[in-house]
Amino acid sequence: MFTKKSSHKPVLPGFGLSMGFTTFYLSLLVFLPLSALVLKSFELDWAGFVKVVASERAIASYQLTFGSSFVAALINLVFGLLVAWVLVRYTFPGKKIIDALVDLPFALPTAVAGIALTAIYAPNGWIGQYFYQLGIKIAYTPIGVTLALVFIGLPFVVRTVQPVLEDLEQELEEAAASLGANRLQIFCRVIFPALIPSLLTGFALAFARAIGEYGSVVFISGNMPFRTEITPLLIMSRLEEFDYAGAAALGTVMLMISFLLLLLINALQHWSQQRHGGAQ
Amino acid sequence: MSAGSGQFQPRRATTEPLWLRALLLTFALGFLALFLVLPLIIVFGEAFSKGWQVYVAAVTEPAAAHAIKLTLIAAAIAVPCNAIFGLAASWAIAKFQFRGRQFLITLIDLPIAVSPVIAGLSLMLIFGARGWWGEWLNEHDLQVMFAVPGIVLATIFITFPYVARELIPLMQQQGREAEEAALTLGASGWQTFLRVTLPSVKWALLYGLILCNARAMGEFGAVSVVSGKIREQTNTMPLHIEILYNEYQFAAAFAVSSLLALLALLTLVLKSSLEWRAARDLAEAEACRRPE
Repeated sequence: MFTKKSSHKPVLPGFGLSMGFTTFYLSLLVFLPLSALVLKSFELDWAGFVKVVASERAIASYQLTFGSSFVAALINLVFGLLVAWVLVRYTFPGKKIIDALVDLPFALPTAVAGIALTAIYAPNGWIGQYFYQLGIKIAYTPIGVTLALVFIGLPFVVRTVQPVLEDLEQELEEAAASLGANRLQIFCRVIFPALIPSLLTGFALAFARAIGEYGSVVFISGNMPFRTEITPLLIMSRLEEFDYAGAAALGTVMLMISFLLLLLINALQHWSQQRHGGAQ
Repeated sequence: MSAGSGQFQPRRATTEPLWLRALLLTFALGFLALFLVLPLIIVFGEAFSKGWQVYVAAVTEPAAAHAIKLTLIAAAIAVPCNAIFGLAASWAIAKFQFRGRQFLITLIDLPIAVSPVIAGLSLMLIFGARGWWGEWLNEHDLQVMFAVPGIVLATIFITFPYVARELIPLMQQQGREAEEAALTLGASGWQTFLRVTLPSVKWALLYGLILCNARAMGEFGAVSVVSGKIREQTNTMPLHIEILYNEYQFAAAFAVSSLLALLALLTLVLKSSLEWRAARDLAEAEACRRPE
């Protein structure tokens, strides 16, 4: 499958060894288990498969998973651009610390994030109690799920937009200003178009990550079937009922969606690099 | 906006008015305070809410101590395995052109997008009692699921992209001239790799390792499928936190969480210092290239 293009004369050694090891490792860890997953779902006939993946409970879980992931990724799109903008363009005390802190959701275990967010937004929590008095429940509702997914996806947009914004040539803005554009026009017509590919990449990454998220959501969601049950959790409960084929069927659907999203992200990144490289 | 009013302000045209800057800064910092700083404060605040003694007892009781040990073991196996994989994959992908290269990169990213629950489930379908190799493993008295090997495998699955993802873009950017020069001068392949390639990517490699380690120690979803959650046998730190939390032992749950939060903060500090060193090395290399 992976053969070198013959046009390139091999100069460096070690292609066979490194490629062989990579292929072996990936086959054992990715191909083999994931094909077991897909094959297991084939144990169901088509009607059975549809019955599992299109059951009312499954559809409710897709709605919650994709809906809250989409909203969370949108929130991250707006605030991620804002944070990247502030980190690149402005100077303020503690900037380096805040820049480093943006990666916290990558480094903090999801279970820790989950219980901390629940402690904040539960009806008796630090912030949740005030909303509860107003009659708004945050934890154990789709709002809580969305907040957890905002936390999980926070670094993606910031980290994809930040380098592009850093490399943006200020001369272009100066040129636009000298031609009479005001600041808003410069942002909308000069800066924003240059950021679109990286914004979309960051959005897609945050969305893809949010769809599969389990650890943080499981604590804050309350896990009620039909209402606050995300799809990974539904897979988990199928497993606990020893319904392996049903779990595998749901897993296969999720896997296909994740894979398609990844292909989209790679295409976006490719586009982003070309645009970015071409501008220089 | 005219640039010539009053005193000379050379960059006035390419920045926002002061009130807008203040507003944007407030929104950005407020968002980060709410989503990043507050959860951290909560973790440490709740951990110490019942005093030092409860904290110390929570992190030293046998079940917690065992969970910490198991987490360390899993990371100690998973991280080196993924480091070797990361080096091999980045060498093949960054230094050579071949068909399917882009597809391979997508495949390496897969664990970041795939739900950890699916990762755990897939491993179970191979190694579980009713899985593909279940019977064979059973006959030879090897237990993978609901035991340490399963936890290690799940951890490896979830964390294998991190080293490779740090190394691939850097190695691609560095090209192959340095390696080709070393080979022309008579170095062997391994010498070239160890003395030319490895030193030039060392900071990225280290960063990949610490990030991989942080994810490995904190992995929850995949491990919770394959571990069986047997206390003092197959319980890792994140699973121990879940059990304590579900038993309403909140102070203890946050105490164990605070250890993982410290690890996360340490990871961020190391990351910043590694980035600083990488930038310094790059500046030095640039300075060497321009002798006059």
